[in-house]
Amino acid sequence: MSDIAIHLSSPLGREEPAVQAPSDEAILEAVGRGDHDALGELYDRYGRLAYGLAFRILRDRTLAEDAVQEAFLAVWRSADAYKRERAKPSTWILTVVHRRAVDLVRKEQRRRGEPLETAPEPTAGPADEDAALRDRRAAVQAALTALPGDQRQALELAYYGGLTQSELAERLGVPLGTVKSRMFAGLGRLRELLADA
Amino acid sequence: MAQPDIHDQAAAYALDALGPEDRWTYERHLDNCDRCREEVANLRDIAGELAHAAEGPEPSPDLRSRILDAARAEPRTATVVPMRRRWLFPATAAAAVAAACAAIGLGLWANSLRDGAIQQRVVPMEGGGSLVLEDGQATLVACLDAPPAGKTYEAWVIQGETPRPAGLFSGGCRSVPLERSVADGDTVAVTIEDAGGAETPEGEILLRANV
Repeated sequence: MSDIAIHLSSPLGREEPAVQAPSDEAILEAVGRGDHDALGELYDRYGRLAYGLAFRILRDRTLAEDAVQEAFLAVWRSADAYKRERAKPSTWILTVVHRRAVDLVRKEQRRRGEPLETAPEPTAGPADEDAALRDRRAAVQAALTALPGDQRQALELAYYGGLTQSELAERLGVPLGTVKSRMFAGLGRLRELLADA
Repeated sequence: MAQPDIHDQAAAYALDALGPEDRWTYERHLDNCDRCREEVANLRDIAGELAHAAEGPEPSPDLRSRILDAARAEPRTATVVPMRRRWLFPATAAAAVAAACAAIGLGLWANSLRDGAIQQRVVPMEGGGSLVLEDGQATLVACLDAPPAGKTYEAWVIQGETPRPAGLFSGGCRSVPLERSVADGDTVAVTIEDAGGAETPEGEILLRANV
């Protein structure tokens, strides 16, 4: 399908040397047309983030890499259908990675819902990390810390621990309705905190 | 299946905190609920922020090339799949049938992406529900009332004139992997049988699809 693949180094780029880096949407569109270079660019933008997320959930390098690989291949196969989604490309990609990692952790029954005390401590991140990503991570970590404890716990056990809401209710010894409210309120509060950040 | 609280599943869904059955049921609901799709999209954005707070070691340097190699090795069939799904699911299709195709719309985030959605065919069933076919593996997706007491739903794969039992299931919205593979020319049917199931169908055919 190389005849329809549009490469990132298009003639446009030569005419306007100061042209901006293509948007995520443009990259994803190129991925949808079967452009391998665009897939590589997508990985360069989100691969590290995706792996960090998958590793946090799976706590295993091989499984995390499997999850990331499968998720990027799923994006590769389905990028042409992305436009129907009402989401930012980054949200969509991370959603696919998250879903894959959660499904894997449930399948593997590995260290699910490991107590948060034993979760890896945040580290400074790699030295060459994109500054914007670093700032964003700091902002989200700060917002999480600012959440009421029970909301934070519900979000973390669900999102990073891969627990279902029923498992959460059982584990926390609270009714299912309480778990739902905590998750809902937690996400709402997180939105407010990040809007203020 | 009564789902009085279906609308408050949005946060759990956005966090991937629903079990497989709840997830499926909710996705079916999403197909028919604009407000919920909107809400899920918003909550997903926030849930996605949580990804930014996760951190771990660096992926191995060759992960990038492994992904690109695997992508090069794949046939580009993805463009065909959504079109085929649209043909199979015109706007007038019964709600249960349309809903069963959770891969449409938001469902892309769900089942199909997880498994790649390649080479999947969805066949609407007469009587409601649909059949998802992948590599000879068939999964029956349907929403049925609870069967009468002492009864069960039973799926059948009919090859030629011979029906063979392919699994029992109860009411509610379900996704039932058939216990028997399905080939072109076969018919899949569902009947009501006595609890425990039958070796040959006694009940009337409720749902059927020719593959």
